[in-house]
Amino acid sequence: MGGSLNANHLMFLGYGALWTIGLSLIGLLGGGIAGFIIALCRISPNRIVRLLSAGYVQLIQGTPLLVIMFLTYFGLPTLGVTVSPLTAAGASLTIYVGAYLGEIWRGSIESVPKPQWEAAEGLGLSRAQRMMKVILPQAMRIATPPTVGFMVQIIKNTSLASVVGFVELARSGQIINNSLFEPFLIYTIIAVIYFALCYPISRISRRLEMRSGPARLSLGTA
Amino acid sequence: MHKISNVASQSPVVSLRNVHKSFGPLKVLDGVSFEVDRGEVLVLIGRSGSGKSTALRCIDRFETIDSGEIVVGSHRVSDPKLDLRALRQDVGIVFQSYNLFPHLTIEENITLAPCSVKGISKSQAKEQARQVLAQVGLEDKLHQYPEQLSGGQQQRAAIARSLAMQPKVMLFDEVTSALDPELTGEVLKVIEALAADGMTMVMVTHEMGFARGIANRVVFMHRGKVHETGPAAILTSPATPELAQFVGTGL
Amino acid sequence: MNLNLDFAAIIERWPAFLDGALLTLQLAFIATVLGTVIGVLGAIGRRSSHPVVSRICGIYVEAIRNTPLLVQIFLVYFGLASLGLKFSAFAVAAAALTINVGAYTTEIIRAGFDSIPRGQIEAAEGLALSKAQIYWHVVMWPAIEKVYPSLTSQFVLLMLASSVTSQISAEELTAVANYVQSDTYRAFETYILVAIVYIVLSLIMRAGFWLLGLVVFPRRRRLGTPL
Repeated sequence: MGGSLNANHLMFLGYGALWTIGLSLIGLLGGGIAGFIIALCRISPNRIVRLLSAGYVQLIQGTPLLVIMFLTYFGLPTLGVTVSPLTAAGASLTIYVGAYLGEIWRGSIESVPKPQWEAAEGLGLSRAQRMMKVILPQAMRIATPPTVGFMVQIIKNTSLASVVGFVELARSGQIINNSLFEPFLIYTIIAVIYFALCYPISRISRRLEMRSGPARLSLGTA
Repeated sequence: MHKISNVASQSPVVSLRNVHKSFGPLKVLDGVSFEVDRGEVLVLIGRSGSGKSTALRCIDRFETIDSGEIVVGSHRVSDPKLDLRALRQDVGIVFQSYNLFPHLTIEENITLAPCSVKGISKSQAKEQARQVLAQVGLEDKLHQYPEQLSGGQQQRAAIARSLAMQPKVMLFDEVTSALDPELTGEVLKVIEALAADGMTMVMVTHEMGFARGIANRVVFMHRGKVHETGPAAILTSPATPELAQFVGTGL
Repeated sequence: MNLNLDFAAIIERWPAFLDGALLTLQLAFIATVLGTVIGVLGAIGRRSSHPVVSRICGIYVEAIRNTPLLVQIFLVYFGLASLGLKFSAFAVAAAALTINVGAYTTEIIRAGFDSIPRGQIEAAEGLALSKAQIYWHVVMWPAIEKVYPSLTSQFVLLMLASSVTSQISAEELTAVANYVQSDTYRAFETYILVAIVYIVLSLIMRAGFWLLGLVVFPRRRRLGTPL
């Protein structure tokens, strides 16, 4: 067999874990921006904009992230656009996370009590001012627990970048396994590292949820 | 109300003897004793926190007691080896918040326990459901869901559900407190009819006028003790200043 | 960008896609049924007054919810292999998906159980129902009816996530797409088509759950209101 697990292997896993964190941040940032736009489009006064954004959400939420990854990484080159694994993974996560965060945030914006909108309107604020000064600050408080909860989903979903060859945590485990042939041991270590990344965030999210009252069910399989 | 008084010679259906109960440092029942004879209506009154609801709930073992003795018919409620389900087949309890099962129709609410506990047939249980619903004036609501009924109707349906188990004693825990004033009357009327039929009942209520009309015996609880007890007449001529003050504010 | 798309070459392969889609639905079906059973048992376990039982259920839920499905699939796949047990890729995929979704349904159903008011249980106790009868008639059914929309969404997500089992060569929809695209060199068209098939599958599942809800929850059928 290919030797035993040593410090170099662990270093390599650490490197992979760093890229998992990096990719998660890319997904959070990109998906956050996309999600913010989606959320605003979903409540736009313009019917076409609302329909298009709703369609986007429905399409993305009906498609596996893995297929989106394949589409960007293998699909785009057949159209003559070559993308690196990092670009493919980052773009896929942005597209995917945007649809989910967009829905979470739309729900948060809509759960700001109606009188707040009316009061802001009564003060003669423009729509943009109402949104920025009155609604969004309140919506942000409502949105924080589910958003933190969704970060766990993002971290776990970055593991799918391994299928397009991006060397994050799961891929680095596969690479080590290819030389050591100790799959059970290595994937257990990988699982423990993911757990160490995700569990604290899950805890924080749950604590925030309890503080903000009504429990929301966080869905997710990744 | 006309009451049968010649049954007092029999042994009591419910008896509490020197019952003590604390919630942590809080003494809720401090040596409570009273008895209910067959066909008798006992009304528990008192301020909130006086222990009257706790006393009622102890009878059906929804609370366990620290010391003393509770006997219901042949059931020694205070005995740790009590057959709880046998006790509850003999005791019906109706709560302030109706507690009908929202996912079941009124008929299903009523037939659930007779079918699953007593093992009677579905058709027999349905026939019985019709009877008890007629008793509370809701025979047309058989196939409705609880949320389609008014509060008063839901509470009457809850009474019907208890009656379907053919209990020997009925307990009523502030059954009209959650109702709008205009809906309490229909529930009280059902309880009066039960009393007239000779049902043994223990009830906690704030409706003093109703208590005066229906009670064979009134137990006024104050700070976890039976402070004054006697026939319904004590509500109009109380012996203790505490009861006088209570009925003064209650009327 | 060279936009000469040829969907015909892909659509020609429809029998393979159909097989893959059916396998995906089978995986989803098995994991949904078994996952619901695990969810009910897990929720009962988490609420158990027995500290060891509730602890074990809690660890299961947290371990699954805080690790990626991909890694779980590899662990089941290689774990069974290291025990010397040989199973088909389909069986391993179904097992991993069931274990995964069971943790989510445990949490959802537990939330449903917790939402049953204390008074409901007292009323049932007052009617002399046994503990098991109370759980079945008064706690479980209304709880599941309450969380049914969440369960539905979770199972649709599970169906989509089953694409990950292509990584252990379960012959489901994504795996079919992978070999069709490597055959035809038409990756873009292939994955677009597969994405559409997944969207259709999720619509089918949602419709199926909607119908099932009407059958299983007569109150919802009659009144149309959430419990």
